[in-house]
Parts: sequence; structure tokens; C-alpha cells
Amino acid sequence: MSGTREKYQKVAYYPGCALEGTAHSYNRSTQAVGKALGLDLVEVKNWNCCGAMEVKNIDPKLQTYLSSRVMSIAASEMKMDVVMAPCNGCYHNLKKAEYDLAHDPKSAEVVDRLSKKAGHATYQAGQVETIHALDWIKHGLGEEGLKQRLRGSLKGLKVANYYGCMYTRPRHIFPEKDRGPGSESTSKPHYMDDLLAVAGAENVEFPLKTACCGGAHTLSDSDTSTKLVLNILRAAEAAGAEVIATECPTCHSGLEMHQVRAEKKFGQATKVKIVYFTQLLGMALGLSPKQVGIHENISDSLGFFKERGIA
Amino acid sequence: MRPLAAIEQRLETLAALAKPGPEVAPELLALGEEVLEHWVAARGLEPTRDRREGFRLLALHRQGCTDEPSFNACRETCRELVYYYNLVNLEPQHADAVQRLRMMALVANHLFLFVAGKLQVRELGDFCCASRPLRQEATPPDSA
Repeated sequence: MSGTREKYQKVAYYPGCALEGTAHSYNRSTQAVGKALGLDLVEVKNWNCCGAMEVKNIDPKLQTYLSSRVMSIAASEMKMDVVMAPCNGCYHNLKKAEYDLAHDPKSAEVVDRLSKKAGHATYQAGQVETIHALDWIKHGLGEEGLKQRLRGSLKGLKVANYYGCMYTRPRHIFPEKDRGPGSESTSKPHYMDDLLAVAGAENVEFPLKTACCGGAHTLSDSDTSTKLVLNILRAAEAAGAEVIATECPTCHSGLEMHQVRAEKKFGQATKVKIVYFTQLLGMALGLSPKQVGIHENISDSLGFFKERGIA
Repeated sequence: MRPLAAIEQRLETLAALAKPGPEVAPELLALGEEVLEHWVAARGLEPTRDRREGFRLLALHRQGCTDEPSFNACRETCRELVYYYNLVNLEPQHADAVQRLRMMALVANHLFLFVAGKLQVRELGDFCCASRPLRQEATPPDSA
């Protein structure tokens, strides 16, 4: 683990498009937390879309290429060993590209052809390790290191940790998970729980940690998404949570938007606050609500955190 | 097999109970099985009577995943349903039994919402959980 710790001290940072738009608060809080923890982020130069939903749905191999280009720049131009992607969609796509390049010669052939056409080095599977923001803090610093840097506390704040689907599924693209004690679990993920517990949060037993939020269908089939989100919000409240901690921009936006829509369309109001885990960690590290972008979330939770003495 | 609307109504009734008793647990489990029966039947298969790890629900889920990896999106939901069933069944008089039943009802409801949603929009879960393109059947362009 010490090798991993050393490797994660300085990583290539791939924010992806969501973190420059709807999830700007995730970007702001991730960078602020990194700074507070002494972990270096170096943004990937001239990064591009990971292929997200749009490209993958039309041509999956083109998505593999787009994700591989990000990893190629990190490996060949920046000489980095690790790419950290806080967005579940980006993280998932880079992991999928890594898997495809290692297992599918046709994908490797397409990536090589397009890379040559674009004039950059072809990414070879294994050149970099793609990690999530949760891995970065959990293994780059560890719980003890985090504890030493706390300036405040989440003070028994009751939190439901919601991981969404792309952090753990499909299982085969995450070979490092389910490796026993210390590794992340795909059926019951716990890294976010572990980190927030160190910061003083009281994690509630939440059975819908990885349940579908209907995120990919939020525009095409809004009612299904609203009902799925509403059930997640109700379950979090029934579990006693005051806050849902998120680590995926798609889930986060969906939860916030459909919380409003559920009240308007179905008359079902819920009060649980929805914030990124980095925003919670940041406040526990002594950062101000503004520094972690609480004001950039859709719903206003500033009053709540002030009342709880956290902000 | 009851219509989905009837299952939905019954789930709402059970989820709204202020103090559900332990007899609700097998009913919630059975409702989960009925939901999965709908999915399996809609794919032209005979819903299995087999059990997996002691539960028909898990066998039905497995059957529902055949050639449909995105159905794994509700795998953990099914397992959570079984988990709460076991908790209540093993300790029906436990101090947390009511809370466990309330959570079990919400988990069963999530299973219903996902499967009912997927019956309307088959691709639900394809993009994310199966990492599969939504237009897989269409001929992909030649990657430039």
C-alpha cells in the first residue's frame, strides 16, 4: 500500500465536462480538498470528452478511442502513472476503454488507427491506472492521514452514502475491486462511508447505495427517473439520513432536480440534503461553504449546515 | 400473476403502514417475485420455480439477466430484499423489526419501479450498468 500511497500523491486530474458545468461544485470541492490534504492534482492537458453517453451509444469503439486519448496524454505527454476522474461516467468509460484495449484486438486496432490519424501516441493498456476520487483520498492519504488534517467535524451528521451504478458496474471492468479486506466492494461499496465516518459522520444503513436513479433517462423518460429518485430520497429519509452524500455528477444532478420535480409533479416533498462527499469532507477540513461550492448546488443547504454548526 | 398496477398499489399500501408486522415480510418477498415474473414472461420465458441460495427471487433475477446484462442493475436490490427478509424472519420481535420492514417495503418498491420502467423503456440500465450502447443492434459506423 505504501507504493500506492506514494503514487497517488500527484495524479493527472481529468475533470470531464460535467465538472465544468452542472457539477462545478464537485470540481471546486475536489480541488480544494486535494489542496487541504496536500495531494497534488495536475489537470490533463487539452483533455477531451470521454465519449460519455452520446458517442458510446453510436459507436462504442470511438468512445474507447476518446477515453484512450485522455490516458495517452497523461502517460506519454505528462509522464503520469495515475489518472484520477471524480466523475463516475468518466471513470467508468476510462476503465471500460482500459478493459477493451486489453481484451479486444479490434478495439486496439481502431484506437491505433485513430491515434495515428490524430497525431498522438497510441495508448497501450496498462500505461496508466485510472482511479476515482474516492480511491485517491482513501489510498493516497488513508483514514489516519485524513483524521490528522481535520479542522472541524461532521458531528454526528446522519448521512446516506449513494454511489450510483457506474462506480461498480459492470463488475468486470473493475478488476481491483472485490479483492477482500481493504479493497472496494462492488455489491456494498464503502469507501465514501469510511472517509465520512472519519470526518465524524454517522452513516445510516442505506440499502439503495447502488440502485438505479434512472439518470440516463432523465430527459427521455422523466417520470421513471423522478419515481426512482423519489424512492431513493424516501429510503434515505426512512433510514434516518439528513444528508445524501454523492460522488457522481449524473446521480447528483438527478437527485437534486427530481427532488424538486417530485414535489411539483407528484406532490411528494422530501427534505434530505444532497451534497457531494468532497463538499462534506471539505467542511470537515475547515474549508468554508463557499470554498466547497455549497452555493453552486441546486438546492440551498447553507442554512442547514450553519444550523448544525458544520459550516 | 397480478397486473403491475395492482402490485404497485399493494406496495404503496404496505409502504404506508405505520407499524408493519412480521407477516408483511413474506408478502413483500412474494411481490418482488411477481415483479420479476413479469419481466421474465415479457421476454417470452416461463418464470422459473427454482431457487438460488434458497430464494426463488434470486433465481428469477438470474433468469431475467440471461442475455440482458443491464438487468444486473437490480441485482443488489434483490439481494437487499432477501437480506431484510432474513433479518425479519430470524428475529421477528427485534426492536428494529418495524424499521426493517419499512426499509424492505422501499427496497421492494425500487425493484418494482426499475422493472416497470424497464418494461416501458427496455434500455434502462443499458448504458450505465451494462456499459452497452443503446443502439447496439444498429450497424455502427466505421469508426472514422
